[in-house]
Amino acid sequence: MQGKWINRLLLAPATVWFLIMLVLPLVFVAVFSFGERAPAGGYVPAFTFEQYLNLPARVTAFKNTLMLAPAGTLAALLIAYPLAYYLAVRASPKWKTVLLVMVIVPFWTSILIRTYAWIFILGGRGIPTLLEFIGIEGLRLINTPFAVLVGIIYGYLPLMVFPIYVSLEKLDKRLLEASADLGSPPLRTFRQVTLPLSIPGVATGCMLVFILLMGEFLIPALLGGGKVFFIGNALVDLFLQSRNWAYGSAVAATLVVIMLVTVTLYMKLVARVGEQREDVSIL
Amino acid sequence: MSKDYKDNMPITRQKFIEELRRYEKGSVSRRHFLGVTGLGFATAVMAGAIPGLRPSKAHAGDLGDRVVLATWPNYHDEANFKAFTEQTGVNVQVNVFGSNEEMLAKLQAGGSGWDVFVPTNYTITTYVGEKLIEPLDLKQIPNYEASAFDPRFAEPGTVDGKVYAVPKDWGTTGYVVNTKHTKGKKLTTWKEFWDITKTDFSGRTMVHDYQLTTIGNALKYFGYSFNSVDPKELADAEKLLLEVKPHLFAINSDYQPSLRSGDAWMSMCWTGDGKQLNSDMPEMEYVIGKEGGEIWSDFYAMPKGAPHAAAGYALINFLLDPAVNAKEVLAHGYPVGDSRTNALLPKELLEDPILYPAKELLDALEFGAAATLTDPNRAELLARFKAA
Repeated sequence: MQGKWINRLLLAPATVWFLIMLVLPLVFVAVFSFGERAPAGGYVPAFTFEQYLNLPARVTAFKNTLMLAPAGTLAALLIAYPLAYYLAVRASPKWKTVLLVMVIVPFWTSILIRTYAWIFILGGRGIPTLLEFIGIEGLRLINTPFAVLVGIIYGYLPLMVFPIYVSLEKLDKRLLEASADLGSPPLRTFRQVTLPLSIPGVATGCMLVFILLMGEFLIPALLGGGKVFFIGNALVDLFLQSRNWAYGSAVAATLVVIMLVTVTLYMKLVARVGEQREDVSIL
Repeated sequence: MSKDYKDNMPITRQKFIEELRRYEKGSVSRRHFLGVTGLGFATAVMAGAIPGLRPSKAHAGDLGDRVVLATWPNYHDEANFKAFTEQTGVNVQVNVFGSNEEMLAKLQAGGSGWDVFVPTNYTITTYVGEKLIEPLDLKQIPNYEASAFDPRFAEPGTVDGKVYAVPKDWGTTGYVVNTKHTKGKKLTTWKEFWDITKTDFSGRTMVHDYQLTTIGNALKYFGYSFNSVDPKELADAEKLLLEVKPHLFAINSDYQPSLRSGDAWMSMCWTGDGKQLNSDMPEMEYVIGKEGGEIWSDFYAMPKGAPHAAAGYALINFLLDPAVNAKEVLAHGYPVGDSRTNALLPKELLEDPILYPAKELLDALEFGAAATLTDPNRAELLARFKAA
């Protein structure tokens, strides 16, 4: 009896928080999405599917987001994994803490200011000027999808590094020794022991980065010059410029649904990979 | 942001806002930057919600200890605010905004906490219609001497015979072009602006991230009204915009940095930015399209239920003092319609063709209309253009 009350007490703050900060706003979004724009902007109650029928007008924004978010996640993973591996397995304990702090340091400054710096790095007087010295001329980097991708990888890399680092750090070194003792060459040990055991970290990192990227608007706005448009940018425009809350809500609700579907599929995939791993270990 | 950048780590919210101000002073941050980042909105909310961000009480008098002003970037002389605080003990808390739509969105959402804000001519009837602003008590603004102001730039502040807003300054929307790249050709029209973008200037032109000006100046290509809401005419403008989009450097009202760095060669441009660019780089020429385009005026107004109304009146009155206003003009580079202020300004400035274009160019310009701003089709057109 007492245990039950303690459980309730423990969950109470989070429950209240989620009801007010998550459920309530989502209900608003759902209700607004069936409404109409007031003449001077805002929302008037109605029941229409017009906003949802209008969604094709934002298809490019959905397409951009659904292409660049996974691409950014994958690129961040490819860069983060070797780094995390080095930090967790190969770096000398003396330097480990310093190196880890260096990964966090960028977080001490606002992402806005750091992204703004990239405008100058990728702008005509930045990297393109340097490339001219080695004979590559007329390269345009800023305001391209590439610039947005660079910004994304830069901004989200630490979020990918840490979960992977943690899972590799926890890895029992005796397993590696056992694998070597049983005659497995290093590459095979990595493939059959290290990699499967770090999958939870990879899965967490990917999910963290992907979910945040789906809602990203700052990096495309600054490094895409208004030409590389994410759903996040469409939402900012709809609420702050057109003041079309109804349509904005419909776009937002659609994004939530897409996220639910992709994340669910992703979880299933990760779970399946996990099962396979067990099969391997049984064999 | 040179050496103190490092001292400030980890950055606090207040420091962040200060950094932002520094960016603005370096002409890095402009209307659109704030617009796209939603930062104007964010700073406004933050500044109101976090007591630590409020300046500490100086020496509070009857006016209270602070006044909240919502305005545009690079639009005031900081020294004037300092002088106001010294005189009255009232700290001026400035919220910088990205667009009139954003200001309207904030006021519609309620609880803005502003005492004074700076709306543009075509928004005022909407604010009145939505009951978001109140008529001003002119007795509390003795420095506003109606007879001294050019009526063209003052009239939009009066709705149904009541003065809701008093004029701040005015300007035009033209374009700025880097003449180093025009091969001696002199650009004079909007048609040339769009045509050269598709050819010699491909990848070098910027347009505003603002439906009013970007659509309005695309309409001028066909000789239509800047304010058109006619579906057929808007369809023509959309076709042109979509055709030009692959040739644009960016859709962004934060155009000064890219023009200064040489990445962009041409951009739609407001008077003050044209003046600032031309002063630093003489090859930057400010052009008003022969076909016409926009003329506008900005105002001081007070939202309904301003929390520090007395201080708000004091601030407006202070800023309209001709001596103070003259300093404002020297800082922001936009002309004012106040003859008393003009009497105090240097002659070269009053004869500057960027600030005061020739009569035949001015005559072709149109004031933006209220319907132009609130028209849902125009808003959606620009959004489609950006999302395309």
